[in-house]
Amino acid sequence: MTDETKTQLEEAIVNLIKEFTNKKRFKPGDIVKEMEAKFSAKGVTKDDVKAAIRDLADSGRLIYGYAGGSFLSLPE
Amino acid sequence: MSKKYQTPLLDELKNGKWPSFVNEIEKAAEKSEMTEDLLGQVEQSYNEKAGHWKHGGMVGVKGYGSGIVGRFSDLPEKYPGVKEFHTIRINQPSGFFYTSDILRKIVDIGEKHASGLFNFHGSTGDIQILGAKTSELETIFQQCVAHGFDLGGSGSALRTPSCCVGMARCAKANYDTMHICYNITQAFQDEMHRPIFNYKFKFKFSGCGNDCTASIARADMSVIGTWKDNIRIDQDMVKEYAKKMNLHKYVLSKCPTKCMSYDENGLKIDDSNCTKCMHCINVMPKALRPGIKGGATILLGSKAPMVSGPRLSMVLVPFYDVAEDAKNDYQWFRDLIEKIWEFWDEYGVSRERIGELIQRVGIGNFIEAIGLEPLPEMVSSPRGNPFVLYEEYVEADEGQGESV
Repeated sequence: MTDETKTQLEEAIVNLIKEFTNKKRFKPGDIVKEMEAKFSAKGVTKDDVKAAIRDLADSGRLIYGYAGGSFLSLPE
Repeated sequence: MSKKYQTPLLDELKNGKWPSFVNEIEKAAEKSEMTEDLLGQVEQSYNEKAGHWKHGGMVGVKGYGSGIVGRFSDLPEKYPGVKEFHTIRINQPSGFFYTSDILRKIVDIGEKHASGLFNFHGSTGDIQILGAKTSELETIFQQCVAHGFDLGGSGSALRTPSCCVGMARCAKANYDTMHICYNITQAFQDEMHRPIFNYKFKFKFSGCGNDCTASIARADMSVIGTWKDNIRIDQDMVKEYAKKMNLHKYVLSKCPTKCMSYDENGLKIDDSNCTKCMHCINVMPKALRPGIKGGATILLGSKAPMVSGPRLSMVLVPFYDVAEDAKNDYQWFRDLIEKIWEFWDEYGVSRERIGELIQRVGIGNFIEAIGLEPLPEMVSSPRGNPFVLYEEYVEADEGQGESV
């Protein structure tokens, strides 16, 4: 995966969560499936999406929450 | 010191010989105002026969999706000290071995930045620091990290793997539980700290059938020690036991498969019929020992009664040569785990444990998907009927017009 694709992938994840704020809680697994399908033409794998989520959480752009199951959210 | 709250119901629980959790909370409350409020809230809960906790929410430390269990009072105006009363799970060392020095350091952190109360240990095995405010979480985490500790698992993630003391202290261990537990913990840090699963997944490693971690009922994957060869018998010691107790009454008659006999020629065991229940070894530990060819049985699928009722694990791999796989950094075991998780990820639904998924899709489909051969030993309990459907037999029987 190129740096450009990685950046696009991270932005797509953040935008997806932003778009559905207060409407839907995204489980990390849902995001992995959605992004793997969306970026399949660019050779993005499940592990790439997981790594992107990890980087977003490490940088503080995404945070985890729990409500019966774990989900990803934007920081409040 | 005068009490902030009158707690007649809790005071009743201080009676009797046994250590009381109320005494411990009261001791902690002498140093912590928030813990005084805990006493008030718990007393109210006993009065009303209703809990006053909420859990979940957006609490955690940076980069981690696990290890902090959000806990909030639903009576925050009345008991402001427990408005936020989070639990911090700290990954315990394999076998729960600590020095007194490190324990003092950990409890000092809990006393200074939380309620001063702890669980040693939570049901998954973690050290639990109780009663932390959201603003203190990062500080507690960083101070624990400085002492070499990390957070454990929570939420839809791999929960902190745990094991019995194994070969470190127990003569009955059939494999090195502590080594594999440590290895798996290190290998799957990402799965533990960044929730990615449909729901929780637990490993527990027990060195023998006594199953001191109760893995068969509490772990999605239970790894329980067993052996392939014969029980080792010291006939002289058997005779010594026979002088002190009735072997027929306390040992032979309790054998679930009645595979033992005892007469003037000594103790005989039909090992081919032994189910490794451990009873005879437990009763005569100086006379009987597990065999030399030790390993483990891997079982899958137990869970507590939530969505579809409680389940015990069923046999997935009858004999796993742990020592041999250890030479290869447990690669075979790790590959098996990843295949199981991949299947669960693909076909599981939210909040569905692996055991429930197998029940839903059928064991045949499951073992085919993860690449295991069906075996008659894949049973739900010793001597239980195998429930693997052998397709080739079905086809052969159908061809002959026989019913199956």
